[in-house]
Amino acid sequence: MRSFINRQPIWSLIIFIVLAFFVWAIFAAWPPGFEDVFGKKKVFLNAFFNGITLGALYFLVASGFTLIFGLMKNVNLAHGSLYMLGGYIGYGVAVTTGWWLLSFVVAFIVVGLLGIVLQVVVFRRMEGEDLRQTLVTIGISIVLADLMLWIWGGNFYQILAPEWLSGPVKLPLVTALKSNGEAVYLTYPIVRLVIFLGAVVVGVLMWLALNRTRVGMLIRAGVDDRDMLSATGVRIQRVFVLVFAFGAGLAGIAGVVGGTFQSMAPGEDTRFLLASLVVVIVGGMGSIPGAAVGALIIGLAEQFGSVYFPTYAVVLTFLIMVVVLAFRPQGLFGRTR
Amino acid sequence: MASTDQLTSRVDASGKPHKRAELYGPANIPWVYWVLGFILLLMPVVASNFVLFQIFGWAFILGMVALSLMFLGGYGGMVSLVQMSVAGLAAYMVAVFGHSGVVQISLGWPWWLTVPVALAIATLFGTITGALAVRTAGIYTIMITLAIATAFFYFVRQNYGVFNGFNGFNQVLPPQLFGVDWRQPVPIYYLTLFFATLAYFVVIYVARTPFGLALQGVRDNPRRMAALGFNVTAHRIAAYAFASFIAAVAGVLLVWLNAQISPGTVAVGPAIDILVIAVIGGIRHPIGPFIGALIFVVLRTFALDVLVLVGIPGERFQLLVGLAFLAIVFWSPDGILGLWPRFRDRMRAASSLTAERDRRL
Repeated sequence: MRSFINRQPIWSLIIFIVLAFFVWAIFAAWPPGFEDVFGKKKVFLNAFFNGITLGALYFLVASGFTLIFGLMKNVNLAHGSLYMLGGYIGYGVAVTTGWWLLSFVVAFIVVGLLGIVLQVVVFRRMEGEDLRQTLVTIGISIVLADLMLWIWGGNFYQILAPEWLSGPVKLPLVTALKSNGEAVYLTYPIVRLVIFLGAVVVGVLMWLALNRTRVGMLIRAGVDDRDMLSATGVRIQRVFVLVFAFGAGLAGIAGVVGGTFQSMAPGEDTRFLLASLVVVIVGGMGSIPGAAVGALIIGLAEQFGSVYFPTYAVVLTFLIMVVVLAFRPQGLFGRTR
Repeated sequence: MASTDQLTSRVDASGKPHKRAELYGPANIPWVYWVLGFILLLMPVVASNFVLFQIFGWAFILGMVALSLMFLGGYGGMVSLVQMSVAGLAAYMVAVFGHSGVVQISLGWPWWLTVPVALAIATLFGTITGALAVRTAGIYTIMITLAIATAFFYFVRQNYGVFNGFNGFNQVLPPQLFGVDWRQPVPIYYLTLFFATLAYFVVIYVARTPFGLALQGVRDNPRRMAALGFNVTAHRIAAYAFASFIAAVAGVLLVWLNAQISPGTVAVGPAIDILVIAVIGGIRHPIGPFIGALIFVVLRTFALDVLVLVGIPGERFQLLVGLAFLAIVFWSPDGILGLWPRFRDRMRAASSLTAERDRRL
């Protein structure tokens, strides 16, 4: 942190100013002139919260992707399909049993198992052949997408959150002042906040697992130098299977989350595959903090874009990616090798 | 990795290696070319209009787009998913500068002005994309070009000022040159055949020029080529420019064949289809993309009937294509083209003790 400020004083200042502006804009009641330029504060706040919750979802999808890539150098372009499969399975479980939380467990296990199959059957057979892996995963994603279309059809599915999570909650953030001076507070769907907190918890747990446990140590060592790690006697294939299962399971969980606060329909797999691609390109391949920051940036950009310049909102995220590539090809948190 | 000459002679099916000087001259054209050329030229005599237009027209055009990917992937080692977007941009530019049903946007320029401008813009777009993509290598290139292709799709879908958004352009007709209506099946068959053949031979020629050889050197070992004094980045960008030009030509033909262009043509699905075509056919030789395109188009056209025949709903076309693609990349990374040498090697292995060594070579 300190060394970054020393190395990049100008960038630090710019980042600090942007953050300070956001903090001020979120907590302060806006002066009248300000609203003329930026529109209503309620819109701004809604976009902000939608942005960070979307970012949380992107983080769940992209962290598995980036973990798998970082350790095994496998580009799993079927990751979006795993996400969608998780969503459909979660929907099935939630509808039949009525337990929302159970759907997370089942989606994690089923999609994780599929991940193990993928790792053992596909990736282990073609280790080190990047292009072939990519092509095979594209093939798998085409097949999976069509199988899912076959089974679940082209309808929209939404997973309903349980009673205790439905409805809005009042946040202590002022959106406007009434003419009599009374403050109006922001209300926001509670389920989204819970999902956001859940993603933060997952992120923190992942960080702890990577940095404080033995398995995490092995994984980090594997990211740095796979061959040397296996030379020290670690059964690296087991670590691979474990990480692949976990990354795939995360995608499954993300599917349930996505099915809860958006909906599942054909085409979502490509959308989330691209989102996670952009997130990890911006954040840096193989870096979990990078995935978090990238996901937050892309989520916010998408939501603010759709509010302030709706026509080209989707293009904005790709523009961010192009700019990052042009100035920092390894991504914000990536390391040059 | 084998050199191109070996591979071509393999496909030529003439077992002995050519000498360079012998390559030019009618007597030395391999018999396969004679037969294939004869069949293709006489195709309109036997084939129905539907086959000429819907199967061969499409196969030649998609084959050209896939050929541009094959050039980048096979000779340059860069798999770009942006080729369909380049073709799509050329098609859009033809509609924007030339005539179309959307009179408020189309400028109505004559075709001899429209086509070069469209080609130039699309090539420029492909080159800029390439300049961005070559900053990265291998797997990143696929992801970045995929992302750019998607961005392009969303952009044309949202932009109403130039690209006419969701609807795109219709009634984009080819010019009535030499008194021929080029959108009739037989003329468009010969038109697409001509350009596909031209593109094929140009790619073969370029692959043997100093530039093409240097590009293959860059593919195999960029560091060594850089040490030899070659500008690796420039070669890669030039490869993108060349490939984009082929894709742009295909795009112009595409809009004339289809008479319309809309965002659906440049969506993510078609961009991946091009990769599928190139890989199914084989990415090591320029004929591969055309074989792949023919298979793809035939599958796309008749899969419905076949699937219904065996009792599976016809919409499962994608499943069929996906499984075929999966089987090919799983068992024969060189596509259909790779099957023949593999088969021949296996036959040889059965008959000769030195087969193992031969295959290594």
